[in-house]
Amino acid sequence: MTMSFINHSLPGADALIDQLAVAIRPSLTDNTVLVGMHTGGVWAAERLHPLLNAAMPHGSLDISFYRDDFEQIGLHAQVKPTRLPFEVEGRDILLVDDVLYTGRSVRAAMNALFDYGRPAKIRLAVLIDLVGDRQLPIAADFVGAALSVPSHQHIHLIRGEDGNLSLKLVDIS
Amino acid sequence: MSFNPQLNADGSLRHLLTIDGLPRAILTHILDTADGFITINEQEVKKVPLLRGKAIFNLFFEPSTRTRTTFEIAAKRLSADVINLNISASSQSKGETLLDTVDNLAAMQADMFVVRHAQSGAAHMIARHVAPHIHVVNAGDGRHAHPTQGLLDMLTIRKYKGEFHNLCVAIVGDVLHSRVARSQIHALTTLGVPEVRVIAPKTLLPTGVEQMGVQVYYDMALGLRNVDVVIILRLQNERMRGALLPSAQEYFKYYGLTPEKLSYARADAIVMHPGPMNRGVEIDSTVADGKQSVILPQVTYGIAVRMAVMSLLAGN
Repeated sequence: MTMSFINHSLPGADALIDQLAVAIRPSLTDNTVLVGMHTGGVWAAERLHPLLNAAMPHGSLDISFYRDDFEQIGLHAQVKPTRLPFEVEGRDILLVDDVLYTGRSVRAAMNALFDYGRPAKIRLAVLIDLVGDRQLPIAADFVGAALSVPSHQHIHLIRGEDGNLSLKLVDIS
Repeated sequence: MSFNPQLNADGSLRHLLTIDGLPRAILTHILDTADGFITINEQEVKKVPLLRGKAIFNLFFEPSTRTRTTFEIAAKRLSADVINLNISASSQSKGETLLDTVDNLAAMQADMFVVRHAQSGAAHMIARHVAPHIHVVNAGDGRHAHPTQGLLDMLTIRKYKGEFHNLCVAIVGDVLHSRVARSQIHALTTLGVPEVRVIAPKTLLPTGVEQMGVQVYYDMALGLRNVDVVIILRLQNERMRGALLPSAQEYFKYYGLTPEKLSYARADAIVMHPGPMNRGVEIDSTVADGKQSVILPQVTYGIAVRMAVMSLLAGN
């Protein structure tokens, strides 16, 4: 797979995170915990965390071991440790990812969470709801922006050397 | 890179037979992947679905409890089906050849063989023989290699010391007969440990051991000075009969790791042992059970490393 970056006007990642925080805030309870999905979702969750409630427990989830394309592509991606420094059992989990597209990553994330315990509730917040090729009955509860792109393109969240987050349109070939 | 039977044409790992000749990137990838598996032990359900439906055969032609058990646990935590075969007790005693045994198991739709054999090169022979979709992991062959033990030792060192590039590591004991020591030395030098020492009586060192990139010491007081990691090897009792050593007591006097000898190493040095331990022969109980000992964490990390190896192989 080769990717080339092209210029395109996409919303700013920070503005989307601010909007998400405003939308999420009324629904938070004492039982809510924040879980970012590696890698883009972890970056987004790190930004959201102080905007929502800096005292709220938060963790990160790597879904490599739960992916459904292991047979096709193996375990090539860098596996990051999962850190969930709280009981999952009975919690109200706010799962954060950068881009919701096919829904397969979210399926894997839910399976992973259930191996830690039975959450009371899982809700999903995404910066971008990329419409067009949803393959599972999965929808986000909080969406920064809903977009569609041609089938040969995808949107990635990028973190620069300076730590700034930005969205990039990427060609898949 | 020269031809390596463990690697696919694209450089990815197909079998794990020996650490010798593997590039640092592959070792680091295995350790990083193992790091990810450590947290599975904290899960309520200590299992991930990666190898669901795969059949992994543990072929142990030589007795082993710890290694076989940790391979079995690792495979089960990856959701594979595990079949343990203690071959010395079955077909081989009826005269079946090693490769006939392997062919029969392959006909039972095996996806991976984990092989322990007293003959050096047994796992290589099986790896050369099997169909392309079957993966082989060497779980110890003769005096040659025990790569997953070497890797779990590296994971343990990295967990306690963080980096490899500033370490001094001493391996103490029967290097001559030890496949573990060979794998450790290859792993340590590949990962960039600047100073690897072996400490042993001359009779327990292979000739030309210096060519493996190690410094040789015959004396514990000198050899342990400024060491960050002390790896004690098991002294196999049967060596005593071969007249390589006068007695276990004599060995303990000069090379057994006691608190006094450990005090020559750095104050924060860790003590490792691949097991099974002979207390009072190569290691004193005070040290084995002391606060510098990481012998039991080694066993725990062994599961994560074996999960990493099996899942990386199965996906390549």
